[in-house]
Amino acid sequence: MSATGPALTRRDTTAVERGPDPVRITLSVNGTEHSLDVEPRVSLLDALREHLDLTGAKKGCDQGTCGACTVWVDGRRVLACLTLALTCEGHEVTTIEGLAPEAEPHPLQRAFVEHDAFQCGYCTPGQIMSAVALIEEGHAGDDAEIKEWMSGNICRCAAYPNIRAAIRAVRDQT
Amino acid sequence: MTATIPSATGQPLDRVDGYAKVSGRARYSAEIPIPDMAYAYVVGSRIAAGRVTGIDASAAQAEEGVLAVLTRQTLPRIAEQPPLIPSLAGTAAPGQTFFPVQDDTVHYAGQPIALVVADTWERAQHAARLLRVSYEETPPVTTLDQGRDLAYEPERIFGGWIPGRSERGDVAAGLREADVTVDGTYTYAANNHNPLEASCTTAQWDGDDLLLYDATQGVNATQMTVSRLLGIPMSRIRVIGHYVGGSFGSKAMIHAHPTLAAMAARAVGRPVKLFLTREQMFTSVGHREEQEQQVTLGATREGRLTAIRHLKLSPTSHFDDWAEPSVGTSSQIYACPHYEGAYRLFRANTMTPTFMRAPGEASGMHALECSLDELAHELGLDPIELRLRNHTEVDAMTGHPWSSSGLRECYERGADRFGWAGRDPRPGTRREGDWLIGTGMATASYPVAPLANPQRARARLYADGTAVVQAATPDFGTGVATVMAQVAADGLGLGVDRCRFESGDTDLPNIAAAVGSAGAGMISAAVHSAATALRRQLVDSAVADPGSPLFGADPVRVVVRDGVMTAGAASESYSDLLRRTLRPDAEAVGQWNPPAHDVPYGMMTFGAQFAEVAVDADLGVVRVRRMTGAFAPGRVLNAKTARSQLMGGMLWGLGQALLEANHMDPDTGHWVSSSLGEYLVPVNADAPDVDVELIEVEDDVVNPLGVKGVGEIGQVGVSAAIANAVHHATGRRIRELPITIEDLI
Amino acid sequence: MRPIAYLRATDAANAVEAVSTDPTSDFLAGGTTEVDLLRQEVLNPRRLVDINDLPLTGIEGTPEGGLRIGALARMSDVAAAPVVRERFPMLAQVLESGASAQLRNMASMGGNLLQRVRCSYFRDAESPCNKREPGTGCSAIKGFSRGHAVLGTSEHCIATHPSDVAVALVALDARVRTLGPKGERTYAVDDFFLVPGDSPHREHPMEHGELITGIEVPATPVARRSLYLKVRDRASYEFALVSVAAALSVADGTIADVRMALGGVATKPWRARRAEDFLVGAATDPDGFRMAARVEMADARPTPLNAFKVELAQRAIVRALRTLSDGPGAGPAPRPGTGSPS
Repeated sequence: MSATGPALTRRDTTAVERGPDPVRITLSVNGTEHSLDVEPRVSLLDALREHLDLTGAKKGCDQGTCGACTVWVDGRRVLACLTLALTCEGHEVTTIEGLAPEAEPHPLQRAFVEHDAFQCGYCTPGQIMSAVALIEEGHAGDDAEIKEWMSGNICRCAAYPNIRAAIRAVRDQT
Repeated sequence: MTATIPSATGQPLDRVDGYAKVSGRARYSAEIPIPDMAYAYVVGSRIAAGRVTGIDASAAQAEEGVLAVLTRQTLPRIAEQPPLIPSLAGTAAPGQTFFPVQDDTVHYAGQPIALVVADTWERAQHAARLLRVSYEETPPVTTLDQGRDLAYEPERIFGGWIPGRSERGDVAAGLREADVTVDGTYTYAANNHNPLEASCTTAQWDGDDLLLYDATQGVNATQMTVSRLLGIPMSRIRVIGHYVGGSFGSKAMIHAHPTLAAMAARAVGRPVKLFLTREQMFTSVGHREEQEQQVTLGATREGRLTAIRHLKLSPTSHFDDWAEPSVGTSSQIYACPHYEGAYRLFRANTMTPTFMRAPGEASGMHALECSLDELAHELGLDPIELRLRNHTEVDAMTGHPWSSSGLRECYERGADRFGWAGRDPRPGTRREGDWLIGTGMATASYPVAPLANPQRARARLYADGTAVVQAATPDFGTGVATVMAQVAADGLGLGVDRCRFESGDTDLPNIAAAVGSAGAGMISAAVHSAATALRRQLVDSAVADPGSPLFGADPVRVVVRDGVMTAGAASESYSDLLRRTLRPDAEAVGQWNPPAHDVPYGMMTFGAQFAEVAVDADLGVVRVRRMTGAFAPGRVLNAKTARSQLMGGMLWGLGQALLEANHMDPDTGHWVSSSLGEYLVPVNADAPDVDVELIEVEDDVVNPLGVKGVGEIGQVGVSAAIANAVHHATGRRIRELPITIEDLI
Repeated sequence: MRPIAYLRATDAANAVEAVSTDPTSDFLAGGTTEVDLLRQEVLNPRRLVDINDLPLTGIEGTPEGGLRIGALARMSDVAAAPVVRERFPMLAQVLESGASAQLRNMASMGGNLLQRVRCSYFRDAESPCNKREPGTGCSAIKGFSRGHAVLGTSEHCIATHPSDVAVALVALDARVRTLGPKGERTYAVDDFFLVPGDSPHREHPMEHGELITGIEVPATPVARRSLYLKVRDRASYEFALVSVAAALSVADGTIADVRMALGGVATKPWRARRAEDFLVGAATDPDGFRMAARVEMADARPTPLNAFKVELAQRAIVRALRTLSDGPGAGPAPRPGTGSPS
């Protein structure tokens, strides 16, 4: 993950008005290029969930108020519900499905299981995408910092203390 | 009786579905890939009271991709409106006895008045905005202030389960006898559940067969409710709900959307996904009602209660007498000769309120436990000492002994872990910089819910020595798949890694909706019954089989461990038995019949809550610094998942105490908060570390494994402990929930 | 969201031309407010002109000690920039107290200034609202107004300006640079935000198609000792009920220079000039702070539900000033502990 990764596949899609009918776009998700036909109003979240069957990013509010849809665009954690899919052309999108191979989970995924950092699991992919970024950003220094910088991810089951424990465990491994 | 050596039950095992959840592979009800999916959007009424006089759908219908606009002219009538009965009863369980889009009356803002179905989500949502709806509007009644004078005392509340008034002794006399009385009126903002996953149903017809993927606390409840509403046989409806993204009561009753999704799918001849928006979650799945409670306590100078009066006023819908049962626990958990509890309701323009975590106790115990704190203060008694002086080993309402209690241990261990001893009771005496520090405590209690129906599960052992145990229940975060694998493992005498729990499907044996903290108790009872029945069947088969090393052994002396049946020196594994007898598997159904409702015991879960708060002396900001909860939930099936659920409940109590509020705009009858930006739930920064202490108590009355449940008790009393801590910090008794800055500056 | 067309702009001039010549086009930057309001159909442009590729992301210190921030610099990047943290601690604090880490990675500085109000009557796309549909009335005045403004209100609108960042920028006398169809312009930030008056739909003086290109913060030595105090119900991820951006320098026990602006209480980021005037040259004593706060809030016009903000704002002002004057003489001030007291 890099803070401001270079655009991988920037295409010359500029200066041409597209839509409102569906347009063919190319999205690079988890290292794979996907072509899909979407209206410009389609969010990155709906493109992932409804068009690419990548349902790991969750729709919790569709209003930018819960963090369940957290994914990375060029390595930075963002909210997929407030991002239009079309704006992600030429950028690399990473979702929970691309975080680690199934056979070898990311240390934070293991830590979430071990520390029981979730109950219903619906906010969990967003929590993990946010938490991995948090550690890389250097914002996991102490609990006060983790609390503040993880507050964009609501867990209604309120597993927060266990989420912090999982983050601490992985932070201290490295 | 054969035996196993329990080794799995109680262990803090990691969740068996953990990796499915952390990897994003777990599929929730809106995430089932079905070809040719269409999307339904519910159109809610803009007005809160009156009539729909017309809907012009022409612009919506002209939109690209719109498949249908369904209004009361085009949506079919329901076959039958089932009565409102809590889903725990194991019958049809509509959230209210009004089904929308049947006539032109508008009872509440957001009431569905039409459905738009389109080939994409975006098209359905936009087309819905294009409907031109005309209304005839009448002034709504939604708030306590508007409805107070219209109130009546209902005969029964809560789906008919609870009387509107109950009394013992003579409260007036009890108050006359009292040396000290305290009297307080507590007000509560309305609360919304707001699970992170909004309710969703995906509906698919195959001829006359209906398949629903539903986010629900009870797949059977969905099946029965939709069957009655649509008038189609139970045998034609299958409901699946493998993963549910939280509920907290919002998915305990079966609201209109699963049935609307089925109707929409039939109308357009395609599978339909109906995913409520976050905004719609405020008007579609019930809520905890705004309320006012008055508690009057009388006590002797020694701190013995002489009278408890607990009254409640709240709005209900135009069709149901619903109030969460807030005043009943006050009659049960303290020794006191005189009690009066009563509800008053008024008809308001809202949907029927519903269960929300610790329904009744979360609000009722707040008022009671704050009142006790006040009484302790008046009497100069330590708050725990006051509670101990009124401690009862019997249900004070019925006189029946508790099936189990553990409350004294909860006080002791909780106080010990929290460091309660030596607390200076004087308010406003601890200060750290700008922060005033205070501590408070409260009792927690939550009834063990009465069940009506037999609960069933099925256990199947394969010849390779692995087992599948099945029951219909879905998992909405409780950890049921993990816990039931543990229960099954001990019942069968297998390693837990050899047992898989399969659930979330009406094709599996029935289980009532997992509500009222009853899930773990009833499901473990059925699973235990199925697993032990299968074990007996296999042991009996071995000892009767001349080919078995166990032939002739006394089945009572056969012990099973890791899948091997042993009697003295003889042994045979389950696998060997099945393979030798050419059986691919063996199966048994277990059934548990819940105790009768008139069982001569009081059945209650207890706990003790402690909180330390810091209140900014100038700015009125309250932050909770630490919390301890000690709970006696009977037997704990998995210490890890149980602690998590209790911790979550305690943090819900924090939200209830300090953040969570919705209000009706009195003029429009709209909720003023309809997003997670406005309806504030705790975020990570609000949540202190939480200390959960488990006190196991044996209980052979409630169910076979003595499980009393952990879903609700964690929340009960927390708001009182926090409010009492705020009083200790500031000297101010705030009788309003949530407690906010304006109350403290 | 209505069907929408999309154009990705390649340079600022083209972007301005595309929008200024088409009343149905709007710019799209971080999208954190805009996509939300598009989905609500509060905003209904026919076309979005995506400006995210424009080279307006710089964050640099000026030789004089000020800052130049590109309009498309993201909040998180500005907050993290060493030059910002050193020269304008309050600006870093204000940025990191807003929204969430994810939103700060998305939201641009220019977009932050143009974010729309959180008034639920504005955002529901249905209620009468003079800001959304001029002439329909204000639902908030008689409605649920706990979060609404007490300063700068009118009988037509009481919506609170939601930005944290703008509060600090107003305190720092920042300038907003724009490019419009008539060329470049520079606005003093205090003039950039309009009080609602009788035209609440006009929130800033820019014409349609005029684009914020950058923000300039002049050298402000007093800002090296500054803070942002944000008071809210939740410990994070919430808009302010009351906030104070303040900078203070003290010489020989008297206040040599002071900057102060308020958030959460006014219809625009509120420069507390009356309080400043009262304070300059005064002693750093609590009574003076209280008097300054009272003077600033004297014209407040609360509703029954937000009356507490008048008192709360005064207490927050006093707290901010006390914190700045109590601490050591140099370096960033400690943050007042409204977050976590443990």
